[in-house]
Amino acid sequence: MLKKEGETRIPAGCAISGFINRSGRRTNGSVIVNSIACMHDRSNGLGGGYAGYGIYPEYKDQYAFHVFYDSNEARIKTEAFIDRHFDVINLSRIPTRKHPNITDEPLIWRYFVNPLPTKLQESQLDERTYVARCVIKINDKIDGAYVFSSGKNMGVFKAVGYPEDVGEFYRLDEYDGWAWTVHGRYPTNTPGWWGGAHPFALLDYTIVHNGEISSYDANRRFIEMFGYKCNLLTDTEVITYIIDYLNRRLGMPLEDVAKVIAAPFWSEIDSGRFSPEEVEKLRHFRNVYSSLLITGPFSIILGFNNGIMALNDRLKLRSMVAAEKGDTVYVSSEECSIRTMSPDVDRIWSPRGGEPIIVTLDK
Amino acid sequence: MKKVYVNEDWCLGCHLCEFTCAAANSGAPDMIKAFAGGKKPVARIQIEEGSAVNFAVQCRHCELHPCVKGCISGALSVKDGVIVCDEERCVGCYTCVLSCPYGAIVIDGAGHKIRKCDLCTQNSQGEPACVKACPNNAIVFEER
Amino acid sequence: MAINYLNPLFEVVRNPDRCIKCRVCERQCANEVHHYDPDLDRMVADETSCVDCQRCVTLCPTRALKIRPNENQFRENGNWSQQIMDEVYKQAGSGGVLLSAMGNPREYPVYWDKILLNASQVTNPPIDPLREPMETKTFLGKKDQSIHYDENGKAVYEKNPYLELDVPIMFSAMSFGSISKNAHETLARAAQELGTYYNTGEGGLHKDFYKYGANTICQVASGRFGVFKEYLDTGAAIEIKMGQGAKPGIGGHLPGMKINEEISKTRMIPKGTDAISPAPHHDIYSIEDLRQLVLSLKEATNWEKPVIVKIAAVHNVAAIASGIARSGADIIAIDGYRGGTGAAPTRIRDNVGIPIELALASVDQRLRDEGIRNNISVVVGGSVRCSADVVKAVALGADAVYIATAALLAMGCHLCRSCNTGKCNWGIATQRADLVKRLNPDIAYKRLVNLVHAWDHEIKEMMGGMGINSIESLRGNRLMLRGIGLTQKELDILGIMHAGE
Repeated sequence: MLKKEGETRIPAGCAISGFINRSGRRTNGSVIVNSIACMHDRSNGLGGGYAGYGIYPEYKDQYAFHVFYDSNEARIKTEAFIDRHFDVINLSRIPTRKHPNITDEPLIWRYFVNPLPTKLQESQLDERTYVARCVIKINDKIDGAYVFSSGKNMGVFKAVGYPEDVGEFYRLDEYDGWAWTVHGRYPTNTPGWWGGAHPFALLDYTIVHNGEISSYDANRRFIEMFGYKCNLLTDTEVITYIIDYLNRRLGMPLEDVAKVIAAPFWSEIDSGRFSPEEVEKLRHFRNVYSSLLITGPFSIILGFNNGIMALNDRLKLRSMVAAEKGDTVYVSSEECSIRTMSPDVDRIWSPRGGEPIIVTLDK
Repeated sequence: MKKVYVNEDWCLGCHLCEFTCAAANSGAPDMIKAFAGGKKPVARIQIEEGSAVNFAVQCRHCELHPCVKGCISGALSVKDGVIVCDEERCVGCYTCVLSCPYGAIVIDGAGHKIRKCDLCTQNSQGEPACVKACPNNAIVFEER
Repeated sequence: MAINYLNPLFEVVRNPDRCIKCRVCERQCANEVHHYDPDLDRMVADETSCVDCQRCVTLCPTRALKIRPNENQFRENGNWSQQIMDEVYKQAGSGGVLLSAMGNPREYPVYWDKILLNASQVTNPPIDPLREPMETKTFLGKKDQSIHYDENGKAVYEKNPYLELDVPIMFSAMSFGSISKNAHETLARAAQELGTYYNTGEGGLHKDFYKYGANTICQVASGRFGVFKEYLDTGAAIEIKMGQGAKPGIGGHLPGMKINEEISKTRMIPKGTDAISPAPHHDIYSIEDLRQLVLSLKEATNWEKPVIVKIAAVHNVAAIASGIARSGADIIAIDGYRGGTGAAPTRIRDNVGIPIELALASVDQRLRDEGIRNNISVVVGGSVRCSADVVKAVALGADAVYIATAALLAMGCHLCRSCNTGKCNWGIATQRADLVKRLNPDIAYKRLVNLVHAWDHEIKEMMGGMGINSIESLRGNRLMLRGIGLTQKELDILGIMHAGE
């Protein structure tokens, strides 16, 4: 019998695309759907998904949980857990549109929640850690339940299928966001599990990722020391946790996060290119956070509460182009998909391996 | 000029240099043949053994070269700094043996001639055979 | 005269067609096996004292010699092997404890050989180390994760003392005394050239070698030989030796006959006296005592040097390692039961301790389960024989490996396992001046450097095949390993899947 995501490790190739409007102008989800449709051949119909930021302005202060349930029992158990830990402001099924290519859908629910203040205080954790722990707990402990989105004013929509069909299924034309990312998946196996599609999300961090990292188990076994559980055995999951750990928990700015996960080679560090102070820092990073270095091919787009970061592995073993038009920045596996969103960009370039592109909202 | 030098710190007194030298200058293609049937080819290098120190001695190719000056038959001569012996002309008077301050010239009793180190310039060894044979780098061939 | 029950273990086979009677074998054998008989005009051998060190074979200019196991046989017995019977005869004659040297030679499973490595195909490209950077630099020490940023956005972090290795391979402890001064010089010079470290063992540090201090790990063991302030200050790190894989639970004993002038000065004991290292440190009877010694040594060296605690791999190694990880030590070195020694009681060497592969796997997992893997680096030794063993060790979770037997082989050792006799024909495990000079460090250190360079190349090739271009991404990356011919229990302990899974 084929094992599903989480029971075995499934390598995958992929397409990714995304954009952000610096000034916070919201764009309809159909734009990102079109951008991935033109890279149809980079996926094989076994997974597609989106992350939209700024899509829930009416609930912008609540954590939006998107949850897959295999059964009603799983839903009842999970809702009991959520009720014990959170104040639920609103809950509903996520509206979908029947699509001939999207089948075997699980129950898909959405909850807007606030942590229960008493529980939060009891836990002695900060709010975001508390929420993250609860999400990890549901995913790890409740059979048949999977929280696949848990940030504020953002949401992940994913399914088994081609990404453009997934976009129609979730009616993304009814959402507007200041940033969108998308993922089309080409796994080398047919798990047929919706939770395994990308993006992967924890709180408002989402990752779309193309590649297969060779450092996976080194990264996984390290990050699991810090309370994370890599249930899906996917690269995307472990990369998300690494970024959550470095950026949110250690407070490291994303520029430095990139220097840890795609650290410069020693030959570059010793090349005289960097100031002595920077060399000292890079040496320290490569010493202390060595287990968080990611090797093997990857191109990722990280979405977070006020921006996106795109990053290639340090050898640039996966394609990734970036472009700029006015106050919008685009990143994609292929130039064609950027051209479908914006045919006449001001500038288009191919970022170097290990060099992050970080774009945040103007404030 | 490159010469053979010996570092007594590393000389083990194993005598491999002697046997290799003898075989290399015997004209035989290998060591087994050189010594076959009880033959005893003569080595041009000799180990001086003591209780703690061993040392391989061979011609220093010195600038004074009393051996050449004293040679009565003109067998010894200096060629590009190397003191060589024309064994055809050697009459076995042993004047050179007596005059060598290092005791580096050897008598080949069988042929009634002398034998001496010519840094393997007259055989097919290339680098001196004793140097190649030394297991402990005690014998080196270098410029000093 | 009483009957000698012991048969020679070996037979010297001399081909008379090749032997030219040059007597090199005779001069090179410290055991006085060969001699020339003028009456017979041929070389003869007294095989009773041959240890099969291969010195004569290697130096014979006509390759006339072979050493073979003695073909003489006792009546076959599946239970009472010839070796066991010989040992009984030996003890019946001597009344003493059997002594052996080097690592456990018994045919226990070698787990390295039951683990296979992965390589990239299609979904992930292999990387060619000749075309792309491939990194094996390794840092050892506590890895304090905390960091904060000041108001100008500048990163502020604390640096713990560490060791920096250009290759994840160090030379493990061998004392001056157990090995010769030339062997020590070889290790020191090779470590310096390779950008790694060698280890003084518990014999102190000879004055001539203080100049290699930056590449020296100074050991402090139960006998405290040669330990004083300048010694501690000179090294790059300090290693507290609690145990050794070849003889867990046993101390050491360097007989007085080996304590010559130089060793006496270096060990700071009178010439000719036995150097006895007790089994325990008499100031460490438990883990809290160890912590005090760790902290005392740090205090003595101004908190600038990492402290290593070396233990033998024994049954509860994971729990011990966990305690050490909380003791303030920066590095733990674990020595497997195949680790070598200059001398050990045979029964101890052959029956005590566990394989390093299993010890490493359980220690690494235990430290991660407890969330303290960052507190300490893990170095393993005890029969790391080749670059593939290094790669497997790192993938199981080791930060670096210690090698010693392989380093001695590079110098010429042929594993005759007679170090305890002090008559090492290769000039390694001896203090006899005429034998010591057989090891010329000028030659030996280059061979050792060659060996490690060769391994480094191979490590890079294997990493590249897996699509990994930096050793840190291999560390603990057990998905890169598969077991072959192992039981589920063994796989569980190693934390790897079976081939085909």
